[in-house]
Amino acid sequence: MNATLTVARKEFQDGLRNRWVLAIALILAALAVGIAWFGAAASGGMGFTTLSTTVVSLSTLAVFLIPLIALLLAYDAVVGEQESGTLLLLLTYPMSRTALLLGKFLGHGLILGAATVLGFGIAGIVIGIGADGIDIGQLVSSMGLLILSSVLLGWVFIAFAYLISVWVSEKARAAGLALGVWFLFVLVFDLGLLALLVSVQGGGDWLPWLLLLNPTDGFRLINMVGFDTAQAYTGVTAIASDIDFPISWLVLVMLGWIAVPLGFAILRFRHHSA
Amino acid sequence: MKPVIECHGLTKRHGKLTRLADLDLQVREGEVLALLGHNGAGKTTTMKLILGLISPSAGSLSVLGGAPDGPHAETLRRRLGYLPENVSFYEQLSGREVLDYFARLKRVDRRQVDELLERVGLAEAANRRVKTYSKGMRQRLGLAQALLGDPQLLLLDEPTTGLDPSATRDFYETVGELRERGCTVLLSSHVLPGIEPYIDRALILGAGRRLALGSLEELRREAALPLTVRARGSWPGTDWTQGWDAAQVAPRHLNGHALELGVHPTAKMAVLRRLTETPGVEDIELLPPTLEHLYAHFSAPHDTGGHS
Repeated sequence: MNATLTVARKEFQDGLRNRWVLAIALILAALAVGIAWFGAAASGGMGFTTLSTTVVSLSTLAVFLIPLIALLLAYDAVVGEQESGTLLLLLTYPMSRTALLLGKFLGHGLILGAATVLGFGIAGIVIGIGADGIDIGQLVSSMGLLILSSVLLGWVFIAFAYLISVWVSEKARAAGLALGVWFLFVLVFDLGLLALLVSVQGGGDWLPWLLLLNPTDGFRLINMVGFDTAQAYTGVTAIASDIDFPISWLVLVMLGWIAVPLGFAILRFRHHSA
Repeated sequence: MKPVIECHGLTKRHGKLTRLADLDLQVREGEVLALLGHNGAGKTTTMKLILGLISPSAGSLSVLGGAPDGPHAETLRRRLGYLPENVSFYEQLSGREVLDYFARLKRVDRRQVDELLERVGLAEAANRRVKTYSKGMRQRLGLAQALLGDPQLLLLDEPTTGLDPSATRDFYETVGELRERGCTVLLSSHVLPGIEPYIDRALILGAGRRLALGSLEELRREAALPLTVRARGSWPGTDWTQGWDAAQVAPRHLNGHALELGVHPTAKMAVLRRLTETPGVEDIELLPPTLEHLYAHFSAPHDTGGHS
């Protein structure tokens, strides 16, 4: 446990030093404020529209950005140390490989968590101050949910990044695979689901359940539950508008999406040849 | 006294490839043993076996009184220090932060961090980021890392690769100090010149097999390599190519003022006698075969001439 905390502390320190935390927070804050104010530009308007539109737009942004950031942050967690020679050294230290990987997860998770809280938190405060006639209670709860689910989404992709990182032996391959995973879950999966939706004629009650096979759709669903308006359901998640997935349920699914790849990564790492 | 490292018939196979075959070795406490060999000779495999990073395919291995890949590993790992080949530490952290990280992981008193930085001569650069360090400084940081927790056994894999001669000398001087404190040191190297004074014994490996093991004296005796005798002076009319037993003395380089002979150890005294009795000889130099020559001899067993 002690070793895990030491590793986590060092990873977090590294994240601060590399300005990862700052960079992620600034990008998220800038884009979020931009979306809040110029979200209505497409329909000719300017300025803040409604909370539901804004949160849905923000969640669409997060679906693209958060997985990419998480994968970039963590894809070299193991393979990078292997290439620099420090992994071999760490393995001769009195700590288990599980403790090492969990420590890294904790550290990277904290970096992403802190940056997300900071970035979307700033955006939330700006919206709260700048927008007229907004229900502060509702703003806090929807922004809170957005932040929580973004952090979960980020952790899912950190876990994926670790799985890649323990599997390959070159950093470049890990980077390529990470992009592949991003592409698959963020773009390809939904396109495939749409194709399936079009080709299935009647029935298809089971289709919404397929959404749970993709953590990014799980994330979208969490952020839509709070809004009943049909417009909240964008893209492929619209097929879930008839089913009410309880939010706790969705959070559990997300936690599962963290545990499974992380578990496989640990298993693989324990049998990693030095 | 029980040896620090003891192995019998130690073998490591990797698929069809035999990385290390049937190694017998005993290393006493306080000994400095050099592992010599080409790339792929089995040096790193031997170190990884001793570190418990890989398990032997056959044979027995005991390090500080237990198998390094079993439950003994936990205690063993706190008592040994390791410097891997080509390690580059976290560039964004300062030297002190890097050492502090490893001290925490090894559960060592962190007051040691500053002491060690001082000892390897990095005290002034301790707060600078590692990315500003020179190769020699990085290697010294690596050594400081290996010295955390006063290890009883140190494994140094190619510690002086890429270091300039004075940094190499400094490095070996630190190793010499450690030996005096009773620390057992295993170091692998392919940079041979200069390490002779700092090692007690050498283990020469080739293609996973033990080619030779012993102190320099023992290796010289075993190899029976010719030593080089050089003489300077002026000797008009003396023909140095004549008058020797051709099997034992080989004149190599001669002119009117300088002479070089390759001399078999048994003929050494005869050669010296003749040189000292020749009036014109002003200076005689005696060069025993160096570690490099011994290494070349043992790692090329078919080349019976042996001398490059």
